[in-house]
Amino acid sequence: MSATLEEILAQALDQLRDAKDLTQLDLVRVHYLGKKGLFTLQMKELGALDPEQRRSTGQVINQAKDQFSQQLEAHKEQLQNIELAARLASEGIDVTLPGRGQTVAGLHPVTTTLRRISKIFASVGFQVVEGPEIEDDYHNFEALNIPESHPARAMHDTFYFDAHTVLRTHTSPVQIRVMESEKPPLKVIAPGRVYRCDSDITHTPMFHQVEGFLVDTDVSFADLKGVVYEFLRAFFEKDIQVRFRPSYFPFTEPSAEVDIECVMCGGEGCRVCSHTGWLEVMGCGMIHPEVFKAVNIDSEVYSGFAFGMGVERLAMLRYGINDLRLFFENDLKFLEQFN
Amino acid sequence: MQISEAWLREYVNPEISTEQLVEQLTMAGLEIDSVTPAAAIFSGVVIGEVLSMQQHPDADRLRVCRVAVGEAEPLQIVCGASNVRVGLKIPAALIGAVLPGDFKIKKSKLRGEESFGMLCSEKELGLAADANGLMELADNAPVGTDIRDYLSLNDNIIEVDLTPNRADCLSVEGVARELAILNKLDWSVLQIETSTITHSDTVSVSVETPESCPRYLGRLLKGINAKAETPLWMRERLRRSGVRSLNAVVDVTNYVLIELGQPLHAFDAAKLTGNINVRISKADESITLLNGQTIKLDTETLIIADDKRALALAGVMGGSDSAVTDETQDVFLECAFFTPKSIAGKARKFGLHTDSSHRFERGVDPNLQHRAIERATQLIIEIAGGSIGPITELTTEATLPTRPSVLLRRIRLEKTLGIVLENDQVVDIFQRLGMAVQTQADGWSVTPPGFRFDIVIEADLIEEVARIFGYNNIPNSSLLMRTELGKAPETVLNLDRVKDLLVDRGYQEAITYSFVDEEIQQAVAPADELIRLKNPISSDLSVMRTTLWCGLLKAALHNTHRQHHRVRFFESGLRFINKDGAMQQQKMFAGLTLGSAYSEQWGVASRKIDFFDVKADVQALFDLAEGEVQFVASQHSALHPGQTAEILSLQGEKIGWLGMLHPTLEKQLGFDTQVFLFELDLDLMLNKPLPTFKPLSKYPSVRRDIALIVKEEVCVIEIINCIKGCAEQALQDIVIFDIYRGKGVEEGSKSVAVSLILQDFSQTLTDSQIDAIFSALLDNLTTTINAKLRD
Repeated sequence: MSATLEEILAQALDQLRDAKDLTQLDLVRVHYLGKKGLFTLQMKELGALDPEQRRSTGQVINQAKDQFSQQLEAHKEQLQNIELAARLASEGIDVTLPGRGQTVAGLHPVTTTLRRISKIFASVGFQVVEGPEIEDDYHNFEALNIPESHPARAMHDTFYFDAHTVLRTHTSPVQIRVMESEKPPLKVIAPGRVYRCDSDITHTPMFHQVEGFLVDTDVSFADLKGVVYEFLRAFFEKDIQVRFRPSYFPFTEPSAEVDIECVMCGGEGCRVCSHTGWLEVMGCGMIHPEVFKAVNIDSEVYSGFAFGMGVERLAMLRYGINDLRLFFENDLKFLEQFN
Repeated sequence: MQISEAWLREYVNPEISTEQLVEQLTMAGLEIDSVTPAAAIFSGVVIGEVLSMQQHPDADRLRVCRVAVGEAEPLQIVCGASNVRVGLKIPAALIGAVLPGDFKIKKSKLRGEESFGMLCSEKELGLAADANGLMELADNAPVGTDIRDYLSLNDNIIEVDLTPNRADCLSVEGVARELAILNKLDWSVLQIETSTITHSDTVSVSVETPESCPRYLGRLLKGINAKAETPLWMRERLRRSGVRSLNAVVDVTNYVLIELGQPLHAFDAAKLTGNINVRISKADESITLLNGQTIKLDTETLIIADDKRALALAGVMGGSDSAVTDETQDVFLECAFFTPKSIAGKARKFGLHTDSSHRFERGVDPNLQHRAIERATQLIIEIAGGSIGPITELTTEATLPTRPSVLLRRIRLEKTLGIVLENDQVVDIFQRLGMAVQTQADGWSVTPPGFRFDIVIEADLIEEVARIFGYNNIPNSSLLMRTELGKAPETVLNLDRVKDLLVDRGYQEAITYSFVDEEIQQAVAPADELIRLKNPISSDLSVMRTTLWCGLLKAALHNTHRQHHRVRFFESGLRFINKDGAMQQQKMFAGLTLGSAYSEQWGVASRKIDFFDVKADVQALFDLAEGEVQFVASQHSALHPGQTAEILSLQGEKIGWLGMLHPTLEKQLGFDTQVFLFELDLDLMLNKPLPTFKPLSKYPSVRRDIALIVKEEVCVIEIINCIKGCAEQALQDIVIFDIYRGKGVEEGSKSVAVSLILQDFSQTLTDSQIDAIFSALLDNLTTTINAKLRD
């Protein structure tokens, strides 16, 4: 009987060795260890023996079974490794091929610029407000201290629908609309489309402005200078030189134009800055008493400043764009550069 | 306005360079736009005199001249100009001279005759675009003097961009005044002597509207030679001021305008009938102006008239039939003060803008007229001769502008500027500005000079102090801003988020004009009333868009014409519609796609984009806002009748449209592929409900799939609504997972495979409960939409 067991074990180990893959290996396992497996049958036959023999024979069978099981496990691991290696080898891909699916596009550079401007001012509590683009004469001009015959009207190249309805020429009417409906303190920026009846290499009939204003008690020109100065440095992410020049807007006084050191040549003088080293980037000033009067805010109690800037101009300087008209052609070759 | 630097420095000559001068004026609010040399670069040209002249032996058109150039011996120079003659003084370029364009003068032989230089025209010196012959210099021009010195060509033309408030600087004298103030230099206006009257004839003048014309000065100059040539120095100064020389009289009026800032007008006295009258125009009058334009007058324009007709638009432009010509002998010179109010907007109304109207509408010094008319008299007599009549003056003192004193409170000055100034500093600034100052307990009382029309209120004085003190000397304060806590609204979706979603799904943002081509507007939305601009910039930008599609279609075409075969655009902005007689400006969000569903790639089979690709993008926008909407099959004039969905809220509000561009329009507009469009009302789209929590069920959910056979025309939404309508509380979700047509399904019908997810909150659903639910559901589906369960 023990000779037979030895034979079985030897045969089993041979078969293990011959198993080429996990399926064959499993067949071998079942053949010897399954319910009707040869080792199992051996164990079943133990019942016929007397207790003394049963124990010793049982031990022998168990040893043979353990030996087989160990070999089985070892061989299984080996086969698994081979199989994994084969799978890995067969599943290799060219990882340099592009990924699949939809590609990401981008925002218009005007939107990107507007978002940055809004973000900078929102961080100190300015609210973003919008206004209508078809405006009445009162909000676009009259309330801003630009009466009918004012020379400044000629400078605005206004688009008209009728004598009293215009496409807004600037975002300043939003200033009036906000001050009409809300009480100071006010901190507002108003971005949006504006329109001028002018079209050439440096003008498009539509462009974008951001108007900003702050009304409170004790607001001074020095405060205006501080805010504008900090804004420009934040926008250009650079400690650029900034200068304020006296200018004239009917709705502010004192009024100023703001120049920055030319970002193209660093102030050395180039074609972009007409060899002056300076670039005009915005207009600003202290809100005119007549404007406060138009919206019933007491200028003896409150003061405020306002500023306005051209978004395309800032975007051109920031990204080095040399042709304003590109903004509205919507050529993908242009737009995709800012994605 | 452009002026000559040398002329300016004749008044005030601070010891600073041109660059410093430009910087100084710019930083004082007189922005200098450009500085250009008064003449092109050339050298080696001196004043010569033709001493003798002989015909060239071998050339009909050439003369051999002997020319004195201030050296020991005259030079032989061959010349071909027709106006060369003995005694003429001309610019002579010597051997070694370099003319504009780097043209070097060398000793040469012309047809065998030696020539030691060249006699020059204005064109050859870069002083004029054209020339007829040699430049003729005055008889007293000093021979041998460098022409650049003689003509003061080492000068710059300074272009000043003046703001409308600084009318006082619209002259050389005005800019000089400012320059003196900035440099703390003494200066004085041009001293003009009173002319001696040599005849006593006058033209009588009446002013009907003294409130518009507080001062009118007239003078008759008789026996002038209108053909007299304007002297070179004056022509040069006019040229440097950007004014073309016309004739002596007109040149003088222009010269005085630039010099002093006072517009004058000269009438041919022989063409006047009777008296001069300053009055308002009448409805039936018309006038032909100097520029040839004939205008019909209204009943509110200030004019200069004689007994018969309108002669001139006061302060704007004269009429052509009373203008000075070469034949004029007697001139009636007008020098008036018209109030800004009476001139403002008048020129613009007739499409005009003149140097005169520009000044009058901003404000001319009301005390300048005597000086100006004397100056013009002097210059005309000097150039054209003639005799001088007495000045006729009509001044209505009561209507002359007054300059009341303005109070500046110290506290106001300090609060507005954010700085503290010494009393002396403030007083000094005002005094330098020519203002009378009285220091008071709490501030200053300041009286501006007559020419400062812009100083009326306290803020005007504050601006002057800041300007002279220097804006850049005011510190940049970091404002301690009273800041309220920010807002974080949750029931309105942020537009930025919406844009980002589409960008992430491959859409490029476009920005198109709000005004569009009428043709495209009519094609896309023929039923919408046009909102037309009165003065469009061009016909293709003449009406306001009633849909953002107009601009997006045009932008897409721009790109398909440039080899882009796949375009995905979105835009946000206003559309403009006339609704019930009221103009509405509605915020919209629109998109356009054409070409393949994905950009060309190896891993996805190429296919054209279809309705459901775009619908998924639109649906994603609503998913952002967690808003449920309905897509209802509908009709839109711009869209394919079988591929159009109107988008409605559950309450039925119209949110927008989604569909394929109508094939007819596709062809008409010039597309060669299908185009899909959507447009949504932005405000409705951004509405977002605040999430409210619903408890979770502890019991398992069950999925059951059914296949329903329905007629082709039954929409899937009807099946879904029918299932939902059963109001089975256990129903959690419905998924359409297949649509089948073909074998086993009758022609004209389709099989819709639906999966239902059921779950109860209080128990595990048993098979019999589920069967009961389905039995009821199927009954309902059969009765409402005639659906059958597929075998």
